[in-house]
Amino acid sequence: MPPHTFKVNGRPVTVDVEDDVRLLWVLRDLLKITGPKYGCGINVCKACTSHINGRAFNPCSVPVGQIRPTDEITTIEGLPETVGADLHPMQEAWIDRDVPQCGYCQPGQIMAAVDLVKKVKADGGAITDDDIDGIRNMCACGTYSRIREAIKQGAANM
Amino acid sequence: MPAQHRVAPRPPRFPGTSRRQFLGYLLAAPTLAVGVKLTADSVLEAEALPSPAPEVSEVYDLSDLLADSTRPTANLITVVLERDGTVSFSMPRAESGQGITTMAAMLIAEEMGIPVSDVNVTLADARPELLFNQQTQGSSTVISIYTPIRVAAALARGRLLEAASTLLGDEATNLRTTGGKVVSEAGSSIPFAQLATAAANSETREALTELKGPDDFTVIGTPQRRDDVRAAVTGKKNYTMDIDVPGAVPTMIARPPTIKGTVESINNEDQVRSMPGVTDVVEISTDAAPGRGTTSSGVAVCARTFGQCIDAINALDITWGGGNADGESDESILRQLRASPAPVNLPSPTPLDQVGGQIPLATEGLGNVGPVEAVEQEFVFHWRSNSAMEPNVAVADVRSDSAEVWTPSQIPINTQDQLARELDLTTGQVTVHVTRGGGAFGRRLFNDAPLEAARVSKEVGKPVKLMWHRADECRVGRVHPMCISRLRATYSPGAKQVVSFEQRHTSVATDYTEAFGDMISSQAAKLPFANELTLSQTVFLLTASVPYDVGAVALGYNEIFDFDKFATGSSRNLNNMDVRPAQELMIDLLAAKLDEDPLDFRLDRLESDRAKAVLEKVRDEGDWGRDLPEGVAQGVAVHNEYKGTVAVLAEVDTRPATANRDIRGATTGPRVRKVTVAVDVGLPINPLGLKAQMEGGVMTGIAHVFTGSLHLRDGNFLEGSWDDYRYTRHWNSPPELDVHVMPATGERPGGAGELGVGVSVAAVACAYARATGTTPTSFPIGHTKDVPFRVKPFVPPLPPSPEDGLTSYPTPSAAGPVFNPAS
Ligand code: FES
Ligand code: FES
Repeated sequence: MPPHTFKVNGRPVTVDVEDDVRLLWVLRDLLKITGPKYGCGINVCKACTSHINGRAFNPCSVPVGQIRPTDEITTIEGLPETVGADLHPMQEAWIDRDVPQCGYCQPGQIMAAVDLVKKVKADGGAITDDDIDGIRNMCACGTYSRIREAIKQGAANM
Repeated sequence: MPAQHRVAPRPPRFPGTSRRQFLGYLLAAPTLAVGVKLTADSVLEAEALPSPAPEVSEVYDLSDLLADSTRPTANLITVVLERDGTVSFSMPRAESGQGITTMAAMLIAEEMGIPVSDVNVTLADARPELLFNQQTQGSSTVISIYTPIRVAAALARGRLLEAASTLLGDEATNLRTTGGKVVSEAGSSIPFAQLATAAANSETREALTELKGPDDFTVIGTPQRRDDVRAAVTGKKNYTMDIDVPGAVPTMIARPPTIKGTVESINNEDQVRSMPGVTDVVEISTDAAPGRGTTSSGVAVCARTFGQCIDAINALDITWGGGNADGESDESILRQLRASPAPVNLPSPTPLDQVGGQIPLATEGLGNVGPVEAVEQEFVFHWRSNSAMEPNVAVADVRSDSAEVWTPSQIPINTQDQLARELDLTTGQVTVHVTRGGGAFGRRLFNDAPLEAARVSKEVGKPVKLMWHRADECRVGRVHPMCISRLRATYSPGAKQVVSFEQRHTSVATDYTEAFGDMISSQAAKLPFANELTLSQTVFLLTASVPYDVGAVALGYNEIFDFDKFATGSSRNLNNMDVRPAQELMIDLLAAKLDEDPLDFRLDRLESDRAKAVLEKVRDEGDWGRDLPEGVAQGVAVHNEYKGTVAVLAEVDTRPATANRDIRGATTGPRVRKVTVAVDVGLPINPLGLKAQMEGGVMTGIAHVFTGSLHLRDGNFLEGSWDDYRYTRHWNSPPELDVHVMPATGERPGGAGELGVGVSVAAVACAYARATGTTPTSFPIGHTKDVPFRVKPFVPPLPPSPEDGLTSYPTPSAAGPVFNPAS
């Protein structure tokens, strides 16, 4: 069982586990970082969405063996630190709009939204309804309208 | 809309505002603590059944039943003022996103004069002494707890004023509470923190209090964010699988490739047990009832991580026995439903008997309406899943003489009772901690996960955290049964009048045993019809009604199969998610026959003023009748239930350019582009939360109309993921969605969690019918025989986790071709 070393939320971590165990379970079951949620395990629901080196990805679909020592994983718990604040502007918008119902999908929704806005901004654009239509994150409580408003509001402050 | 149709908003009115006194208890405790029986108020006497009762649910509906069954035996709920000046309340209910803990905090804040954020509401463990008073379903929560919580808080306020008057040397009548302080008219004040022990009681005694009048409300009716919103968006909200119970091992179950199949043998147990991380491989019963044996079974795997459970399950070589519905498919079920007409006269005594048991479908005897014509229509509703984002979960630690379980149960007392029976323990030996759920929607009324977790924990002798795989949620999880609704209405073209309206609903049997069984039995004497009907017929009659004056109304319900042939259960809005859309589509057909505008037709025939007001509201706010291009149309529907009334106006775009829009991995199809909702729940406590419930109802409604269904084929459900089971996604959600909360029309709040589903299905379906010129008769419209996705294998049972997550974000899984029933 090779040890795996990488950074999570700014902290170096080392875990002893088989290469093929998907990162979601390494985070949740071994490192007890439970912000990323399980909703499908097959890269469909996006409840586990987190960031690797600043870009969104789905740890349920990445074996831990693919993570390099230099990789930086950010989960919802580490998002505020990426902007050096108590809350990321996207989280503030989520609170302001009272987005969550059960809340289970929301860490993934926020991580996906932050990535999308960064991408759109890097392309020199502003977030549109069409961009938001393309987000795959599932919400069984049906909070989509508030997410739509919150993304626009959060984007304005990013 | 022409200006003459506009009406001024109605002023709030509070009929029967009273200054009744309420009884509670000051409790002996180190700090101020008060208790109130959950029976503190008395709706039932106020609402005697009028006679005749043409449709029972209008006078005595499911929320009454649930509220009443909680009356006679309840024990105390308690509110405690902590030394730091915050207030604690342990709520005997489940919270899965409906916002009821936030509402409870608001009620306490209102009566005590403390900021909402200083009230901490937690979920109580199972409390058998509360009996039926600990269930969260049928949108009854807010109805049954509203007064008792306020009484408790008002008693606490009274004690605080007494204690402060001693300390301040002022009359209690010169004092009031605000912002967590007692303040005097003279300007001095004491924070609650300094009164927590001074106001404590050394012995328990009864006390009386009065409640604030609605005119004095400063918190009730104002928008408040969820109490856990910050925790939810920072990843700190703990769901069942996030709780760190020492030693609890990840556990999943290999389930049969048929509905309710059984294990015959495990052929490579040792090999699988030696896989990395795997610690245990055991065969267990997955039967839904305690102690019944192995009517269905599976193989549980415990491992160091859930990922290793998944791999081990897929490596298992199991010989499976047959299933419970082998050979059945959508087509065979539909044939059997059609062969089983619902009786329109239900067994006596029924509401129909009170109108003579006769449905005037003939022209004779109707006097002056002249010749009548009939419209008939059958509607088919396919299987639906009520799965939440968080799958079925439970942590269980079973010892020889005790058991401790964590699970987001909607009926924890029932969970405790079933676990005790399963484990041969007394209920006192079983502790059930109620965790906050990641959605419920009726699914957590059943104890599938806690029973399984307890069985595994007992078998392997260690604590386990059991979680269902998403594929099992779709395939094995409880479903809303397939059903058909047959409607027939007669109308008089001459008199421009609907003469009769008949609806016969035939469904695959629904399992209501956990949810309503005991409660309905305990209340049967109060219901005018329950004795001779099945549980499902009773639930139907308690929820079904037609909100319009459409002549003589006859409703009938029957079922095929035993209640547990399929794993079924309560879904959000129960029968009304199908029954009401069928009615509303029929109303549109009748309006067309009588050459009337669909909205005016409804307005003219609505029986309640509150319902008329919400319909007028969506007409005005949603701009009913505005010019729209061909292929785009509006639809409207109204619904009364749970002491509330709601209208939905939906605008659907079916034009090919819209329906065929290409979004990577998406099932697109017709777009609901604008929805306007007006809701009147009597007394809205938290408009922000109420709107959220309506928004969720709209999203669920959209799924039921277009794409959200399960396909039954050869004894199994084919869907295995959120891309197969196509609930509404971002690309289907309406870009414009406005919910208008009507001003208070009463002194009591109604339920909201389910109110918005069936009516949204109806409005969207009616809009689609008008946009395409064809009334859809099979739901969801996108449910086709050829499934639009690649069916995942049943053996091995779980889809393997991909390995390409780094290179292909956001990889769509195999979604089917574009869905466009309109083109
Ligand atoms: S759990 Fe990772 S995408 Fe669903
Ligand atoms: S808030 Fe419950 S699943 Fe999205």
